[in-house]
Amino acid sequence: MNAFKDAGHLFRLVGVFLAGILLFLVLRGFLVPKSFGQYGHYRGNALAEIAARPVNFAGHETCEGCHTDVLEKKKDGKHARVNCEACHGPLARHADDPASVTPEKLDTAVLCVRCHEANAAKPKSFPQVVSADHSNGLACDTCHQPHSPVIAAVAEGAK
Amino acid sequence: MNLTRRHLLLLLPAAGAAWKYVLAGTPESSPNYKLTEHWWGMLIDLTKCIGCGNCVRACQAENEVPDGYFRTWVERYHVTDYDIENPQVDSPDGGKHGFPAAKDASGKNFFVPKLCNHCAESPCTQVCPVGATFVSPDGVVLVDKQYCLGCRYCVQACPYGCRFINPKTNTAEKCTLCYHRITKGLTTACCESCPTGARQLADLKNPNDPIHAFLKTHSVQVLKPYMATHAKVFYNGLDGSVR
Repeated sequence: MNAFKDAGHLFRLVGVFLAGILLFLVLRGFLVPKSFGQYGHYRGNALAEIAARPVNFAGHETCEGCHTDVLEKKKDGKHARVNCEACHGPLARHADDPASVTPEKLDTAVLCVRCHEANAAKPKSFPQVVSADHSNGLACDTCHQPHSPVIAAVAEGAK
Repeated sequence: MNLTRRHLLLLLPAAGAAWKYVLAGTPESSPNYKLTEHWWGMLIDLTKCIGCGNCVRACQAENEVPDGYFRTWVERYHVTDYDIENPQVDSPDGGKHGFPAAKDASGKNFFVPKLCNHCAESPCTQVCPVGATFVSPDGVVLVDKQYCLGCRYCVQACPYGCRFINPKTNTAEKCTLCYHRITKGLTTACCESCPTGARQLADLKNPNDPIHAFLKTHSVQVLKPYMATHAKVFYNGLDGSVR
């Protein structure tokens, strides 16, 4: 019995520790979000939050839903597999509200050379021109229609 | 009522439990999307890349990437004859506005688009001290902005240089593989705007994805395979000089 004679302060110490552990658990309950650990060592809700961002590029399927005439023009041309927004830019807002959001008119002088200006690093099979020598300053769409860029007269001649 | 210490001790855990429900927030928002049915990656066919910079601009428009920072960018390589260990690489403004004419058209010139490789064994997620970055169950490496401290460990850990600290939020940022798009059935902004089809989003768990046929018939490589990161961005026609 002598061994426990002065043990009172030890019990108090244990009490303090238990209170500390309890406080830790309570604080932890407050601070750790419920979804933490749902899939792994991170907040599971972060996935849904990142996925909730609005889109800016509508995707070509959305465009083609309305602009079937353009799809018809494109389908046999060299640009058949170039998606709409590759040239026209992000237009999800236009797709959501076609009446009030209208796309800007594009400038072929800027747009065409982005891809077709000659550069030694481009694949050799890709059609390239030195724009300064190619058109005498004429706008590209004087001869080429961007949705089906082959020149009609040339196409006829080849037949 | 007199609030004693005993009452307080009983009340606190109850309040904690209640607060947990408040913190739980919004549950899964795309009901038709099943995390376990996808394993995302990308295919980049270098034989098709023309260095137009569409992907870089599209990414910045889609994800509000600050000017001068890049979640994807395009590099131009120049290799003289046999000297593949010393390529000259340039990437003016990340290739955002295309590339000027090559200084030296001799030798070998080509473009290499880069982005997060969405490694299955990603070094960047392993070093995060707070669980703010992770590989999602569908194979996309993401950053939880609310949890990120901005300590920059992950920026240093990425062997591909794909991360940066957003100067506005002071948190780590990177390619999300347009997670907000792919979970809605769309392709990424860079793939959507690539005019030549050099970039293709790939779902490696979908047996009907065209990537499987492509991988069977082409010599495909990942960047820095010796880092054993299990990268999921596959390059076709990758030159040995590419770092």
